Amino acid sequence: MPPFRKGLLKRKVDAENLEQNERVNTFNQAEDSEQEDLITGEVDAASDTTDSEHEDETEVPSDHERDEVLFNDSADSTFGDDEQADDASGSSSDITDSEDDGESEEGDDSDSEADSGAESGPAPASGDSGSDEDRSTARPAGRVKIKPDAASHHTDTSIDRLADSVHKASVNTQPVTQRDEYSSGDTSDEEDRRNTVGDVPLWWYREYPHVGYDLDGRRIIKPPQRDQIDEFLKKCEDPEFWRTVRDPNTGQDVVLSAQDLELLRRVRAGLVPDAAHDEYAPWVDWFSRDVLATPLRAFPEHKRSFLPSRDEARAVGRLVHALRMGWAKTRRQLADERRQRRQRAFYDLWGAGAAEPRGLQRHIPAPRRPPPGHAESYNPPPEYLLDAQELKEWNKLSETPWKRKYTFLPTRHASLRAVPAYERFTRERFLRCLDLYLAPRAIKMRLTIGPEALVPTLPSPRELQPFPTFEALCMRGHSGLVRSVDFDPSGQYIASAGDDGSVRVWETGSGRCVRVLALGASVARVVWLPAAGLCVLAAAAGPRLLLLAPGTGPRRAVERTDDLLAEAPPDHDVAVDARSAGAATWERVAPEAWARATRASILHARDVAHVAWHARGDYVCATLRPGAAGGAGGARAVLVHQLSRRRSQLPLARCKGLVQCAVFHPTRPQLFVATQRVVRVYDLLKQELVRKLLTGAQWISNMAVHPAGDNLLVCSYDRKCIWFDLELSSKPYQTLRLHGGAVRSVAFHRRYPLFASAGDDDNIVVSHGMVYNDLLQNPLLVPLKQLAGGARAADLVVLELRWHPAQPWLLAACADGTLRLYA
Amino acid sequence: MVSKKKKKYSSGEGAQFMTRKAALKKLQLSLKDFRRICILKGIYPREPRNRKRAQKGAGGIKTLYHTKDIKFLLHEPIIWKLRELKVYQQKIRRARAMREYKNMKKYLRDYPEINIDHIVKERYPTFVDALRDLDDCLTLCFLFSTFPSLKKVPRDQSMLCRRLTVEFMHAIIAAKALRRVFVSVKGYYYQVELEGQTITWIVPHHFSFQPQNKDEVDFKIMSTFVEFYTMMLGFVNYKLYHSLNLVYPPKLTAAFSADDKELIDEQAYVAERIAAMNLSLARVPGSNEAEELPEMDIFDTEDNDPQKMEEAKLEAEKVKKLKTMFKGLKFFINREVPREPLVFIIRCFGGEVSWDKDHFVGATFDETDESIAYQIVDRPSMDKQYLSRYYVQPQWVFDSVNARTLLPINKYLMGAVLPPHLSPFVDKTKDQVYMPPEERALNDPNFKPLNEESGSDIEEASDEDKEEEEQDSEEDGDAEAALAKQYQQEVEEDSDSDEDQDDGLDPEKKKLAKEKKKAMAVTAGVPHKEHPYQKEIEDKQAFRLREKLVRKKHRNLYKSMKAGQEKRKKEIWLLRKKRRLHDEKVKEEKKAEKRKQRMQALEAST
Repeated sequence: MPPFRKGLLKRKVDAENLEQNERVNTFNQAEDSEQEDLITGEVDAASDTTDSEHEDETEVPSDHERDEVLFNDSADSTFGDDEQADDASGSSSDITDSEDDGESEEGDDSDSEADSGAESGPAPASGDSGSDEDRSTARPAGRVKIKPDAASHHTDTSIDRLADSVHKASVNTQPVTQRDEYSSGDTSDEEDRRNTVGDVPLWWYREYPHVGYDLDGRRIIKPPQRDQIDEFLKKCEDPEFWRTVRDPNTGQDVVLSAQDLELLRRVRAGLVPDAAHDEYAPWVDWFSRDVLATPLRAFPEHKRSFLPSRDEARAVGRLVHALRMGWAKTRRQLADERRQRRQRAFYDLWGAGAAEPRGLQRHIPAPRRPPPGHAESYNPPPEYLLDAQELKEWNKLSETPWKRKYTFLPTRHASLRAVPAYERFTRERFLRCLDLYLAPRAIKMRLTIGPEALVPTLPSPRELQPFPTFEALCMRGHSGLVRSVDFDPSGQYIASAGDDGSVRVWETGSGRCVRVLALGASVARVVWLPAAGLCVLAAAAGPRLLLLAPGTGPRRAVERTDDLLAEAPPDHDVAVDARSAGAATWERVAPEAWARATRASILHARDVAHVAWHARGDYVCATLRPGAAGGAGGARAVLVHQLSRRRSQLPLARCKGLVQCAVFHPTRPQLFVATQRVVRVYDLLKQELVRKLLTGAQWISNMAVHPAGDNLLVCSYDRKCIWFDLELSSKPYQTLRLHGGAVRSVAFHRRYPLFASAGDDDNIVVSHGMVYNDLLQNPLLVPLKQLAGGARAADLVVLELRWHPAQPWLLAACADGTLRLYA
Repeated sequence: MVSKKKKKYSSGEGAQFMTRKAALKKLQLSLKDFRRICILKGIYPREPRNRKRAQKGAGGIKTLYHTKDIKFLLHEPIIWKLRELKVYQQKIRRARAMREYKNMKKYLRDYPEINIDHIVKERYPTFVDALRDLDDCLTLCFLFSTFPSLKKVPRDQSMLCRRLTVEFMHAIIAAKALRRVFVSVKGYYYQVELEGQTITWIVPHHFSFQPQNKDEVDFKIMSTFVEFYTMMLGFVNYKLYHSLNLVYPPKLTAAFSADDKELIDEQAYVAERIAAMNLSLARVPGSNEAEELPEMDIFDTEDNDPQKMEEAKLEAEKVKKLKTMFKGLKFFINREVPREPLVFIIRCFGGEVSWDKDHFVGATFDETDESIAYQIVDRPSMDKQYLSRYYVQPQWVFDSVNARTLLPINKYLMGAVLPPHLSPFVDKTKDQVYMPPEERALNDPNFKPLNEESGSDIEEASDEDKEEEEQDSEEDGDAEAALAKQYQQEVEEDSDSDEDQDDGLDPEKKKLAKEKKKAMAVTAGVPHKEHPYQKEIEDKQAFRLREKLVRKKHRNLYKSMKAGQEKRKKEIWLLRKKRRLHDEKVKEEKKAEKRKQRMQALEAST
């Protein structure tokens, strides 16, 4: 067995033991073979030596016997020959052996008798018959049948016995050496010893009276031959004829005994020939590992098996010396060394020497795992356990467990010993390992501020009072939307107009409706003339701009208004270029209309969308709604009417985009024109574009100029209020997103630093807008208060806002047909 | 003259980063070896600021390393070792293929080891650096110490882990460095403080090892980590032992001597480990046992904040107390209790501990010892009880450590329903953190949780509770409606309280006042008091307007911050609500039980 096999099989048996065993085995085998050789040699010697003694004779068969016992089964241990086995009747092999011995002795005796010269066949036969009963029964017949012819004396029933006895009888005169050959025992393949002619076919002797020769060289005479008749006669007479056979070697008739017949029958039936043989005899394991008290084999061990091997001793000595000197090491030592090499020897790694900087550049340490919360406890507070609804959600997310709130199911264990091992522990550690070496790292600045820090710090609204905080008055009367409101310059009266086609004048203090003027068409805008001494309302009703004298206020003012507007100035004063002449027509006012307070009427090409007075009150600027075709250009949408001269003009030569509204600068001769996205500022004297303000809004709805004139507030439909500081830049100073819906109106207070914005949102926002005289200081914008607008009607809430000229009061035109005054 | 056009990505972010494939090519390593060296050297991918540019215009997401990191790897001597290993493995393969098994065996036996001491030093230039990074190391080592021999894990690795972890625990015991413990469903969390660094690790519950799916867990990677961590932990242990004047390779029980490699079954191993923890270690001769820390000196620093100083002093005092919390106390652990954490904790704080000597090795005293102060039991009842000791459940030990005092044992007695076990790791200083009532009771002695009071003062307590809730909502709520409601309530209560105040005066004075009232017909005007809530509501409204002025740049950030706040608020609200419902339920049950008892008593009397 090769050594690696041993290793692979992982035998636990010590290898040395095994080798020793093997050595013993091989040694035994060698010994055995030697012994066998020895035996054969001896046998040969015995056969060769002619002058061997009786001692030899006795020895050799014993040897033979022993060998048989050693290497063959006990059943067929006695004789190699079948024929011999046939003889063994019921007795054991040992018994037959002893019989043989006795026989041979008898033979000796007979020899001595023969020596005396008496040649008698029956004498030894009788001795034989006396020895065995079975044979004696068969023998007489044989003796009868066999003719007492020549030297062959059939004393035995069986063929072998017959042959033996014949031979013995015949050889009585022969020297001892001759007989030795026959008694040597290993004559298993010899058949008939009487005939020594050899292995030649008998027909060679057909012509002769003899069949071969015996050992003395005498002829062996053929028994009398029978012809066919004799044969027939014998058949008839002899009752034993059926079991008589002829021996081809000798030509004699042999009568088969009952045993022979039985044997034949057994052979034919395919049975074991020996009836006494027990096929199922118990197995006796002679050669077992048990050391017997007396050995099975009796020959002595060889000397060298007792003496220690000198070679081995020398080899061992060499090894011991090498071990002693340390040249060689035992396996254990080697393994120990290896283990020690493998053993980690820890030492003071950080002891000596200064710390070198880490080699890795810009190292980002891995973040630590978040510490466990209360929910992870083995006995968490009851609020952390999942209730039925949460559990349902938990189960629903079983396919996508990373969406769950926890990686584990919060569970309550009644006692510590009931806590099981956490299934995912190994997995979680593995994921952490993956994170450590595979996850990209980056430094992320974590904000340490709260969201409050992002909100700009502004003064508290309480410090910025006064501003309107509640709704003081609600004026009802309009049946539809209220499109427009305005305070008169003194703040005593309020004018409002709406979709019901009427202009109403209210008293501010009481909220009473003083006058109702029905204009027939829906009124988009109504604006008081800002000059103090007059009492004129400009109302945009459809394509007409009407100047109304509501008759409120001091009587002098009313009279003066009537005087001023009573008659048109002479025509030569009204010099209008052709372009402007087509844009608007001053109509003659009928007496009925005059009676209904209409003092002047200007007809435009299209509906008027926006109306704004100049601060001095002589000019009014009307913005027309874009026509159906949408064309006509922005230039024709803005008209400036002069009251004193009753003339109109188109101030803009061209203007890009749809004009939303146009207002005058409060102090300077400038006109702000807001198109959809930009606001343009024109100088009216120089007749040129001063600047263009980019609002960033999508669609401007309205705008208001700060009373000081340096700031502009634009509101847009996309929910923005945009503050422009005109001194600062053409970009917005600040964009306020205070509303949730479109912003429709903004307004500045004339005295207080307040402005308000409102639109489709529910709330009106009042803000503080302080403009400083110091140019270095930017305006301060603080949203102050949200006031609830009116009810929502057709998605509109507040359409226009106006501040009281003196008080911090705010007036809103609401979509639900009311006017609301906040104070 | 035409200047050569600059190649794209030859500078800037494109040159700073390197994909993994390029790194492999540069280092001439296989992916396996690269992974190993990355783990050992602590190299990790980096997130670029601009991924597109860093990937040189390639789409998708690639693993990007700093080019400098890869260059750093290039100078690592271990790379050569890896290449040699590759050759060596080829030898083994060849021997196997040629059926030269003897050679193969020899090769396998003499498999070269890679020495990584210098990497530990390089990654952690100082001892404190190593301590700072010990969290993962300890957790993984403790996990590996429970592993049996696996295919991808060398057996001596888990043996080494066992040895090192026990050594580390001993060092902690000797240093009295344990600060917090927590029993979670995942395992035991321990937090220690060494050299000013807090180290937290988890020890899994018993029988944590389960065979893992191959695509779930790759033990090879974990084993590589452990290879590094064992070295690191060994050096840390050495340093710790020496700083504590202990002999380093400590003589522990036989199970930890490295030379016998026989497999010990888990139970026996655990028993040995615990027994080992109960030993006291050999000290370096000549070092005195009790080294008292000097008193903390007060320095006059620039930012002389007396309050902070006071706090720090108080904290130091507490920690000092904690260190000797169990000193002189004897504990006996019943056999059903998981012993390991308890032995560790009790020994950490100076207690003596023992257990049933018939079942486990290493017991130091017997159950019959009369001087035992506490017996830790985890079963509902016991037959034989000693009067001289308290029978407490194990949670008492954990909670006491976290509270830093010996808690009253009445809630933790044998068979009692335990109060919830709270995590000591929740940061109380952060805002918007939900505090369970138990925790608040711990922090504030006046606070009374709802489910504690007996039936007699239920109403009273519920009133208190209401107030508490009000305060709660005051803390976090900005729900205006609620505010307005409260305001109204307060206004109503105000009038009541005025009367109440009157009630509080002496009866004589009251009488006098009444007489006065009768005599004078004019009632004193009540000065208009602007209520604080009113102001608050106004402020809230103003703030809402103001937050519309958040700059556009910050608007999204602001929104997300707000959303986070809202979410946390909602969570807290939910927890509070669940708690309230639970407490009410418990109270109802209690009431019902009481009623039942009363009824039974009545029936019995009649």
